[in-house]
Amino acid sequence: MWKWLHPYAKTERTYQLCQLLLPWFSVFGLFIIILATVWGLAFAPTDYQQSDAYRIIYVHVPTAVLSKSLYIAMAVAAFVGLVWQVKTSFMAMMAFAPVGATVTFVSLVTGAAWGKPMWGTWWEWDARLTSQLILLFLFLGVISLYKAFDDKQQAGKAAGVMAVVGIINLPIIHYSVEWWNTLHQGATIMKLDKPSMPPEMLWPLLLSILGWILVCGAISMLRLQNEILQRDLKRPWVVKLALNEHVWGDKK
Amino acid sequence: MSVLSVNNLSVVKRDRLLFSKVKFNVVAGSLTYLRGVNGAGKTSMLRVLAGLVEPESGEVLFQGEKIQDCRNDYALSLVYFGHKLGVNQTLTAVENILFWCDLHQVIATTEQVYKILAQLSLVGLEDIPVANLSAGQQRRVALARFWFKKNAKLWILDEPFTALDVQGIALLNQQIKTFLEKGGAVVMTSHQSLQIEYPTTEVTLEYNI
Amino acid sequence: MQALVSLLKRDLSLAYRQRAELMQPLLFFVLVISLFPLGVGPEPKTLQLIGPGVIWVAAILSSLLGLERLFRDDFSDGSLEQLILSGTSLSGASLVKVFAHWVTSIFPLIILSPLLALFLHLTEPMYWALLKTLLLGTPLLSLIGAIAVGLTVGLNKGGMLLALLLLPVFVPLLIFATSAVEAASMGLQYNAQLAIIGAMLLFSLALAPFAIAYALRVSQN
Repeated sequence: MWKWLHPYAKTERTYQLCQLLLPWFSVFGLFIIILATVWGLAFAPTDYQQSDAYRIIYVHVPTAVLSKSLYIAMAVAAFVGLVWQVKTSFMAMMAFAPVGATVTFVSLVTGAAWGKPMWGTWWEWDARLTSQLILLFLFLGVISLYKAFDDKQQAGKAAGVMAVVGIINLPIIHYSVEWWNTLHQGATIMKLDKPSMPPEMLWPLLLSILGWILVCGAISMLRLQNEILQRDLKRPWVVKLALNEHVWGDKK
Repeated sequence: MSVLSVNNLSVVKRDRLLFSKVKFNVVAGSLTYLRGVNGAGKTSMLRVLAGLVEPESGEVLFQGEKIQDCRNDYALSLVYFGHKLGVNQTLTAVENILFWCDLHQVIATTEQVYKILAQLSLVGLEDIPVANLSAGQQRRVALARFWFKKNAKLWILDEPFTALDVQGIALLNQQIKTFLEKGGAVVMTSHQSLQIEYPTTEVTLEYNI
Repeated sequence: MQALVSLLKRDLSLAYRQRAELMQPLLFFVLVISLFPLGVGPEPKTLQLIGPGVIWVAAILSSLLGLERLFRDDFSDGSLEQLILSGTSLSGASLVKVFAHWVTSIFPLIILSPLLALFLHLTEPMYWALLKTLLLGTPLLSLIGAIAVGLTVGLNKGGMLLALLLLPVFVPLLIFATSAVEAASMGLQYNAQLAIIGAMLLFSLALAPFAIAYALRVSQN
């Protein structure tokens, strides 16, 4: 792990890696998201139970899946930073955090919008919605802790500790909320048992998940690059990079 | 023998590189005087030397071993006196000193504490909360630690003379001199010109933007 | 060891001398709880229904208020620096400080709890369940809370941030504790809930001291 990671402790290498991957992630990501969304919204068959309301899953499910993955990614970055003292790792953590918070928020909004036709109410204290809400708070906690510090290195370490505490807590929160939900609500919510999805519905869903993953990856990488440039503003390689860009722009 | 060696030390604070690749040695029986304008990173340097702050790169060796790897030995040999006194306002002078001694595994009796507080001209102020003392007197309470930790090898002092009166400065100077003559090493910063009659090594930190 | 013992003595005597400050979270606790009957009406059935939740939410909030004290003075007067540089195990010292804090500012809250049970018309089995969850759960609050306090001690604007960081983390504790009391109200067994809270407590007892020590070191940077 250490050997593989070691070169990326240098911010310059990480920046270059992002630069290399970014076009692939952004172009493919956008293309796939558009394809999958159009397919899902316009061409996938109508559900016999939920009619067209189910189509929100083409946004809701990818964001819900990604929210947790991004939290895990953030916590892993934090852990690597804390244990191996890799500075870039904290930058990556903070690149993931706002993306994760946004995605979680989108999943909450779409979840609520889906709840309206299904449950007849915008907000139901459903287990999944509730744990998404707490996840959003965990994201916001990490972000606000980071913002509270002036010294960014100290901020990274502090927010990293909180991210790791959060990830240990996440499964406990998840199960406790689920258990609380069954205890209090029982049969009042219409629980949808998982019917096997016909492939015409499943394919666009899988595609849109992939698209969201790529786009979130691209945004995170952009954020990481920005963070690196800001923090290393006075390092020679950044100065050189800025000069090169300028010359290149002039030629055009 | 060198008590402390500083190798290629770089320290970053708030994304500003305070200094980079600083090298120096602190040998036993020497007085090292850290110079530099405000903001050059003198306090940060002392905090890195003490092991409170992690440097960006480089290392600090205590008797040839990284201070992070020999925290216990280093702690037993070090007395650190920073901007913050480390004296609790609610406790009395005696309680503060006895607690400090317990924490640092220094054996001290109450009588000894009274005796040394008397030397520091704090007679009659031993048993009232430190909050009721003046700034200079509070500083003297904190300085008492230099009279107790006898097996220390290194003292780190950050602006120790601030708020002290003439007599207080003389007392501390005398104590530093005695310590140096017994083979102790001292690293310090001060805005007052040093009045210690002892050969000093100067390390100057340049101000970087 | 001597160092930890005298740290404990020091913190206890400090707490005794600053007892006026310790009273504040306690008063807050009682006040918040007495607001509820005024807000939702004095109907015993309703109060009994919301009682466990109200007491636990109030306990979490008031413990947050009290927690801020934990490292604040030591940080600002430099005692923390001296502690870190003393060679005493910092995780051991953190544990001792959290313990002293729990004894002096949370335990009184538990002593007050019978009064609150009366206020909210809890039945006797409910009260015993509440007492057990408080005894097991509040040390957990202090341990986890101390991590966040250590992280925010260097910031001047700690208070609100502390709540934002900690409240989501305390959700499982709140759920298990209140459901134990609820189970007791229906005459059911609640050993499972207690066991889960106990497990969380032991787990945090093993890990939190190291996290607190790390947080305190970071606060010095």
